[in-house]
This record gives sequence, C-alpha cells and structure tokens, in this order.
Amino acid sequence: MTIISVLLILSCLWLLGSSRLHVAIRVVAIQGVLLGVLPLVRSMGDIGFGVGVLGLSTIISKAILLPWLMNTCLRLSGIRKEIEPFVGFGPSLLCGTALLGLAVWITDRLQLSQAQVPQVLLISSFFAILVGLFLMVTRRKAITQSLAYLVMENGVYGVGVSMSLDFPFIVELGILLDVFVGVFLMGNLLFHLDREFEHLDADKLTELSDLSKSTPVVVEAVEENA
Amino acid sequence: MNALRWTFPLAAWVLAPLMLGIINRVKAFFAGRQGPSVWQLYYDLFKLLQKASVYSRSTSTVIRIGPSVVLACMALATTILPWGELQAPVTFVGDIILLAYLLGLARFATVLSALDTGSSFEGMGASREVQFAALAEPSFFLGMLVLVLHFGFSGLSKMVSEISLETWQTSGVLLILVGCSWFILLLTENSRIPVDDPNTHLELTMIHEVMVLDYGGPDLAFILYAASLKMWIFAALVVNLVVPMHSLAPWLQAPIFLLGMVFVMVLVGIVESILARLRLQQIPKVLIGAALLSLIALIVRLMG
Repeated sequence: MTIISVLLILSCLWLLGSSRLHVAIRVVAIQGVLLGVLPLVRSMGDIGFGVGVLGLSTIISKAILLPWLMNTCLRLSGIRKEIEPFVGFGPSLLCGTALLGLAVWITDRLQLSQAQVPQVLLISSFFAILVGLFLMVTRRKAITQSLAYLVMENGVYGVGVSMSLDFPFIVELGILLDVFVGVFLMGNLLFHLDREFEHLDADKLTELSDLSKSTPVVVEAVEENA
Repeated sequence: MNALRWTFPLAAWVLAPLMLGIINRVKAFFAGRQGPSVWQLYYDLFKLLQKASVYSRSTSTVIRIGPSVVLACMALATTILPWGELQAPVTFVGDIILLAYLLGLARFATVLSALDTGSSFEGMGASREVQFAALAEPSFFLGMLVLVLHFGFSGLSKMVSEISLETWQTSGVLLILVGCSWFILLLTENSRIPVDDPNTHLELTMIHEVMVLDYGGPDLAFILYAASLKMWIFAALVVNLVVPMHSLAPWLQAPIFLLGMVFVMVLVGIVESILARLRLQQIPKVLIGAALLSLIALIVRLMG
C-alpha cells in the first residue's frame, strides 16, 4: 500500500513536470490502474465481490475508457501536443512541494476516528486532489483541465478507499459513472469548441471573438443557450 | 582491525580512476566503438604529472592553491566512508555533515579558482555550478535525514552497517526512493550526462568542464583525480545504501561492494548512452524532482 501511495505521489509530480499531453494522459491512465489495485490491496487478501467489481470497473473506466476518450479527443481536435502552462514546469514542481507539505499538514490535522487508516495513502490522495486543482488553474488548454479534473477525482477516490472499505460500493460505482459521463461530456464539448473557435485555449474563451462586434442582444441569446 | 579500516580509502585512492575508465568503455560499447583502455585515466594522470604548470598572468595565488584544496577535500572525504560493515577510519557522530561540507569546500575552491581566472566563460560555469549545487544539496540532506530517523543519529559507518535484508523487507520503499534520489545526485555532482556533458567543450553549455579550462600539468591531474574520487564517493554512498551489507558474510562484503561500484558505473554509462543532455533550463526540474524523491521518503518514514 505504501508503494502504491508513493507511486501515486510520483505520478502527480510527473504530471506537474511533464510538457507532453499524451504523456500526461498515459500518467493519468497509470493512476487509474494504481487506484484499481488499491481496494484489492487494502482489503488484505479477503477480496469480496464488491471490492473485486469496484477494482475492476475502476481499471476499466479510468485506465482504459477515459484515456482512450482523451486520446480520441486529442486526435480529432488536432491540437498541438504541448501543454501550455501559465506557471512553468520548474515552478510547478516547487509549488508541488508546497502542496505536498499542505497535504501532510491536512492529514496531520485530521482527527481520525479509526486507527488503521493508512496515513501515507491519505497524504497521497489529498496531494492528488490539490495537484488536480493546481493543474486546473495553471494550464491553458481545456483538455488539460479535464485531465486535471480526473486527477482530482482520483484523489477523492483515494481518500474514500483509505477511509473505509465498507463504503457501499454501489455509491463508488455511481461516482465512477458520473465521472465517466462528465469526462464524456467534456470531450464532446471540447470537440465542438475546437470546431467552433479552432483552438482549445481556455484563456481566450473569455473573449468570444465571433461575438465581440455584434449587438448585445446576440450575446444575451448566447447566454440563455448556455 | 584498525589497519584493515584503511583499506577503503586505499582502495578508493587506487581504484577511483579505473571507475571512470569503466564508464568510458560502456559508452564506447553502446556507440559501437573500441573505446580507450580502462586504464586511460592512469596514463593521462601520469603524463600530466610530468608536465609543468602554466599560469595566466591575470591570475593570483587562488588558482594555484585551488587544485590542492580540492584534492585534499576529496581524499579526506573518502576516509569517512565505510565499506560495508567495516567501519571507516574516521567515524564519529554526525560525520555526514563533515562529508557534505568537505564536498562543499571542494566546490567552493573550484568556484573561487574559476572566478580568479577572470574569464567570463569560467564565471558562467561557476554561477551554474553553485546554482545547481544549491538545488542538489537538499536531496543529499533529506536522504541523510531519512537514514538518521531510521537508524538513529550516529556515524555514517554505523548507520550504513545496519542496513540488512530485514530493512529491505520493512522499509524497502525508503531505500529505493533515497537510492534513486542519490543516483540523480551522483549524476549531477559528477557532471554526467543528463545534467552536464563531461566530453563537451562548448563553453556556452558546460558547467564543470568550463571551470577547469585554465589548468594544465599537475594541477589538471589533481583536478581529474579529484573528480574520479568524487565519483567514487557518491557511488560508494549509493552502494552502501542499497546493498544489504549486514546480511552478507564479512569476507563477502568487500567483493560485493566492488561489484556494486562497477555496477553503478555501468549504470552511469548506460544512462549516458541512452539519454540526451537536458536543456539548461530543465536541469532545476530534475534536481527538484530528486529532492522530492527524498522528501517523499521522509514523509513515508514519518507518517507510514
């Protein structure tokens, strides 16, 4: 379990430091595999039906389906392969150090009712959440932001598994489905954004260049549609 | 027993140039060349020692003292390192700090001598050297902190001699993380490829090589020899950390240690052959990454 937590932290750091989109997608897929194995390791060998289904469905959705979706989106939109950060990769890693410290602090401050909660796993999960938020704010492309959303969800899942395994697995599966639908919609949205504006730069979306010269009435109509 | 303890520094002083020869042979193998003999550095040192030193008129005494200080620091540092369970000749509580600052003093002497030449290129090299050293030092100390927390605060020899197979079973993650971190540190400190290219002589990109451009004769020999000792020191740290010496029979430890050293050198050679040099702006990223590995080990040690 310590190994999985350490790998989770390392994969998050990799995401902070990597400049290639398809590498980032692969790292998120690896995270999916790690998280899928996690409930199996956490239950210490006595693998029930629920735990098995949870692990398997996590691996299928997070490590196979969603990365595939992302890759398709990447290919169809034909965007450039580099991640464009607002905060450079070196400073991102330094911020990552700070976030790691914050995750340790949060975990340290938590009043845990159970003694057997694995603290390192908790730290790495909080770290994944924080890194997800950080990536969402500091990366320019819309597709990176949905990746960041996935990382954050991975963290939430990790916290869930580390807190308790008896958490009804139906709920976890429901969350998985939500995430899947969410990312699916995002992919769809990204594709349409790309076709409409010919770029996926979230920073420029505030301008809405097509409508800048038109009358306010049209803008209102668009807002209603949204 | 006391005489036996000196075998480690002696081995280091005699065998260190051989290690660089091994790296060069591995690189030559990967490039499909014959490559220089593994004894090449010995020949070079011998040749250089017979020459006379030439000094630029713009330099002061600093550059004349520099190489001797560097060599003395490295030679002293080897006496702190153990050889498996065999204790180092010099060992006391907190000797790791002496080790770190001997290396620091050597770097300081190199940098001062480089600045003394008044060459702008050497100034650039010196600036880079200290910048990267500042980023590399945390990974050394964080890794040491993990060891200290795990084995108690004592001499390096004592801590290292307690690493056994059981340590691997209970906290192998720590050893792997710190080992990786120190391996990156080894590559950085010895100006090997992802960070610096030891063969390049393009002043705009090199770091360490540019600082020693103005040396010749015995001074250059001192510098080259000190560099090989430095490589030996860092490789010995990694080997001592990773190999569970405590579980080996005493007579096996020295051969296994030497084998480990050769293995590390081969690894360095492979890394140099398959990786390209990083752009200068990306180096801090790697160094921060190395420090983070040690930091994660520390967190695992404290919270796990």
